Amino acid sequence: MSPRGQFVRLAERPGAEIHFTIDGTPATARAGDTVLTAILLNRPSLGASDFTPHDRAGFCLMGACQACWVHDAEGRRRRGCSTLIEPDMALFTKWMPPHG
Amino acid sequence: MVEPRLVVIGAGPAGVRAAATLARAGRPVVLIDENMRIGGQIYRQPPPGAERPPEALYGFEAAKAVSIHRALDGLQDRIDYRPETLVWNARDRVLDLNGPRGTERLVFDRLILATGATDRSIPFPGWTLPGVFSLGGAQIALKAQGCAIGRRVAFVGTGPLLPLVAYQYAKAGAEVVAVLDTSSFLTKLKAAPGLLTLPKLFAKGLYYLAQLKRRGIPIVEGVEGLAVEGATAPQAITWRHGTTGGRIECDAVGAGFGLRSETQLADLLGCAFAFDDLTRQWLPVKDAEGRASERHLYLAGDGAGIAGADAAELAGERVALTLLGDLGSRVDAGRIAMLDRGLARIQRFRRAIEAAFPFPHRFHASIPDTLTICRCEGVTAGDLRRQVDGREASEMNRLKAYSRLGMGRCQGRMCASAGTELLSHWRAAEVGAVGRLRGQAPVKPIPVAESSPGTMA
Repeated sequence: MSPRGQFVRLAERPGAEIHFTIDGTPATARAGDTVLTAILLNRPSLGASDFTPHDRAGFCLMGACQACWVHDAEGRRRRGCSTLIEPDMALFTKWMPPHG
Repeated sequence: MVEPRLVVIGAGPAGVRAAATLARAGRPVVLIDENMRIGGQIYRQPPPGAERPPEALYGFEAAKAVSIHRALDGLQDRIDYRPETLVWNARDRVLDLNGPRGTERLVFDRLILATGATDRSIPFPGWTLPGVFSLGGAQIALKAQGCAIGRRVAFVGTGPLLPLVAYQYAKAGAEVVAVLDTSSFLTKLKAAPGLLTLPKLFAKGLYYLAQLKRRGIPIVEGVEGLAVEGATAPQAITWRHGTTGGRIECDAVGAGFGLRSETQLADLLGCAFAFDDLTRQWLPVKDAEGRASERHLYLAGDGAGIAGADAAELAGERVALTLLGDLGSRVDAGRIAMLDRGLARIQRFRRAIEAAFPFPHRFHASIPDTLTICRCEGVTAGDLRRQVDGREASEMNRLKAYSRLGMGRCQGRMCASAGTELLSHWRAAEVGAVGRLRGQAPVKPIPVAESSPGTMA
């Protein structure tokens, strides 16, 4: 069983359900969620940090701290708080070489 | 005559009012903003799919928020609005942009900087744990995403945002376990006469506190020695209060100690800066009408000194009228006088706010050596103190070069305040006398492949 998420959804809103993966594991979010929200609703963190013994989960949520970057299927870095989740997105909390 | 190229950076209350004022006067203007939609942080609009009614999102401020969101309606033909666009470098009359259109270079004649602010942090044990967020970040999670940052949330720090965010969380159904304010009740009481200069704002603050108390949420004033317990995630928050202390279990923390202006672009553009004793921050110098030291540059909103959203709206319009006057347009002197009176009233209130919620800079003196100050590069307080002592790093840029503080991805946004205060306390020097980190392009990370010069827009 996967660990529970850090975030808790409180408010109802219109966005449709979206299916995506985190490190290959299927997960769900809603349209209008950022990548950060989508992951933290399903996981306790966004992955390991470079310098602290514990994981990171973002901090400022407004594009200033740069602590919420994750990777997409092409290996590109995506800033979690300012990127919207999209259907079938494959997100990686640690760097994975691109396929092919 | 060729129409001058006017640019506004930032689409919060200041930038939106500035752009709308220029456009209404018949001037074409480029409005650049990093967010997906206009409103800035305070009136941030949720992304498509996460919308909720304005009353649910903005409370008492719903009418103001909606007014800002609609301020550009009917002016679209004169406003070249560029969302999700970062200005990552600026010099002379040239801006380097990165956005949906890729990398572009934009040449301008006159520029209004309305770059806003972010939370000011003070490091405390546990502040790097996943689940500890900035206070503004906690508010964005709720406002723009309809989410709480955890199941049992503690809010710590000081400033008017602290009771507001706690109240918003409680109202939305989150479990708020404690509100810990570093400002004491007595400190606030002494500032009450000054706060009464804007009685409606003061009354709102009291209302939020009353609502928190009504719900039985513990509010502790005058806390010190904040720490979050937990090896891999927050488990409890602890504090000292006089000779006693407290501990409450929680799984998330929102922490903020006032705001800090975003000034990197003003710095890269060569604006003169001065140290502001009231907020203990370096700010770009501006004259009474909003002109920067560089005469083709103008400053408005929290990016030019923290004054809040109402002041930002007034200042945005005010500085646009200054710019129009400088271009030789006729401007309404009565309107300018009204805006100036409003700004002066808010400035008096701001002084009372700073007195009611003083930045607890003395906390930096007791930060343990093992504590991480720079989140990006893992620089500890001990690392900094060793460089200060061993290599005579008595100035911030020297300390940066030796320690890597402020050299990471956030460019010092999260750590420069703490680093500066720590250096000042360690050397027993005035905080205004230890220098300020110089701006450095790119002001935020951009893909290297995209940083080569593009076409002239």
